Amino acid sequence: MKALASLAVLPLLSRLSAANEASSGLTEVASGVYVHQGRHALAGAENGGDIANITFIIGAEAVAVVDTGGSARIGAAARQALKAITDKPIRYVINTHMHPDHVFGNAAFADDKPDYIAHHKMARGLSARAERYLAVNKAAIGDAAFEGTKIVLPTRAISTTTEIDLGGRTLELKPRATAHTDNDLTILDKTTGTLILGDLLFSGHVPTLDGSIRGWLKLIAELLQEKAERVIPGHGPASMAWPDALTPLERYLRTIADDVRTMIKGGKTLAEASKTAAQSEKNSWALFDEYHVRNVTAAFAELEWE
Amino acid sequence: MTRSRNVSALLAGILVATCLLPLSSLKAEGDNWLSIRKEFFADRPILDQDARVIVEAPEKAEDSAVVPVSIYISSSVADKVTAMHVFIDNNPMPLVGHFKFGSAAGDGGRTFSTRVRFDTFSYIRAVIETSDGRLLMGSKFVKAAGGCSAPAFKDFADAMAHTGEMHLKRMEKQQFASQKRSAIVMREAQVMLRHPNYSGMQMNEATGTYIPARYVRELDVTRAGELIFHLDAGISLSTNPHIRFTYGSAGEEELAATAKDSDGEVFSASVPADGS
Repeated sequence: MKALASLAVLPLLSRLSAANEASSGLTEVASGVYVHQGRHALAGAENGGDIANITFIIGAEAVAVVDTGGSARIGAAARQALKAITDKPIRYVINTHMHPDHVFGNAAFADDKPDYIAHHKMARGLSARAERYLAVNKAAIGDAAFEGTKIVLPTRAISTTTEIDLGGRTLELKPRATAHTDNDLTILDKTTGTLILGDLLFSGHVPTLDGSIRGWLKLIAELLQEKAERVIPGHGPASMAWPDALTPLERYLRTIADDVRTMIKGGKTLAEASKTAAQSEKNSWALFDEYHVRNVTAAFAELEWE
Repeated sequence: MTRSRNVSALLAGILVATCLLPLSSLKAEGDNWLSIRKEFFADRPILDQDARVIVEAPEKAEDSAVVPVSIYISSSVADKVTAMHVFIDNNPMPLVGHFKFGSAAGDGGRTFSTRVRFDTFSYIRAVIETSDGRLLMGSKFVKAAGGCSAPAFKDFADAMAHTGEMHLKRMEKQQFASQKRSAIVMREAQVMLRHPNYSGMQMNEATGTYIPARYVRELDVTRAGELIFHLDAGISLSTNPHIRFTYGSAGEEELAATAKDSDGEVFSASVPADGS
């Protein structure tokens, strides 16, 4: 609860409604689009790994899930909440990228026999990290809460823009170039203009960089060309205004890139950069102390090769 | 260096398992160092926590695969230092590297900075050896785990496209006066190589099997043909090995670096002499 308590000082979080904080509550952010909001915290016993957003899109014939939470139990709770709303079959489980808080609930949907869909590089990225992801998250969440969690790899790999039909409702899936990770996939519900960005968009929760800072900044410029009514971040509110939602993220990444480039040019070391780069962002984000130095380290190791 | 010869086979099997042990089961310190010490230095006395060797590293590393470390050797002893061993006690292959210093290493205080992998919580140590046979040690305990098995790259395709690029660069501003000879100053330079430096503990993303160890095993850096240092390295240097070092300089001499990896592939880079 330590991480959660520290959030009380952040103005953004005071906007959270009580409804959104209900552990398996779903918020309808657009007609037929429901979001379960994860908490701004590290995966731990107090949250069971419930730290990332989960989205359901309900068509006339089928349901698609986008991201499944950080454990089989979190995935099952979200599935149960969905079943109270609709009994239409869940035909698609889509992962926005490989990170455990977005894919570890996949197993909870096995009985639905869905297509598991992800970026074509996702299986490779997740496989390379699988053992460590499992070990670290099991230790963090606890054996009981982690029970039933296993790696469920995609059965369908997306390498070009692909449309999926839910019955009178089309989803447009776009695999993106390396940014947050090297396997980011975005999903646009064309019916309501709802764009699901996964961890290409963080709000409130400090962004985490596990791909390419240059790639992410470049992709932001491309994303701004997308026409959408609203956007759903991987970490943050259930729904946000588009494209304003991207502004703080872009500022954060640009500040790191600018500071790190200046330090590299001035002959500074990685150790020096990790202490000072983009510290001006400290008060703008939850979990800054947990992730920021890691982001700077990744940015430095990338930008020193420019 | 007998450790490094058969390390690939070892790492692919038994040692991999140690990477996944829960942190609570770790030996925090002590045991491994005693055996490392015996293997490398037999019964020779080592002056521990000697102020003439300082190891600087974060207490808690945010990225265990890229932990910045700097080693400072005091000018009061630097002109007598012939070699330096760097160890991470609890890494599967504890010897990070063995530096042998040449005539161009300089008389003033020396600084070496690099990035290393920590498999589990461990001390990192530097043991320097002087020409009169003394061993002096500095150390730092670092809380970091998982760095040896972390994937080498965040962007595999991009990394593959650039492997083998090597850069050598004289740093511009920092110059340190030598206390011994006024004509020679201590300059700083850095060498960096695009190389996965596979530890043998990383998964092949396509096949789900372990990638065989393939890492930079030797590095020679010279100033106008004279040796600054020769390094024999293990698996603990981070992906894209990066070493920043000091050397003695009387001007803008040519610098050259040659690296050889454990598969025998050779990489080189140089900076031409400038002016003077």
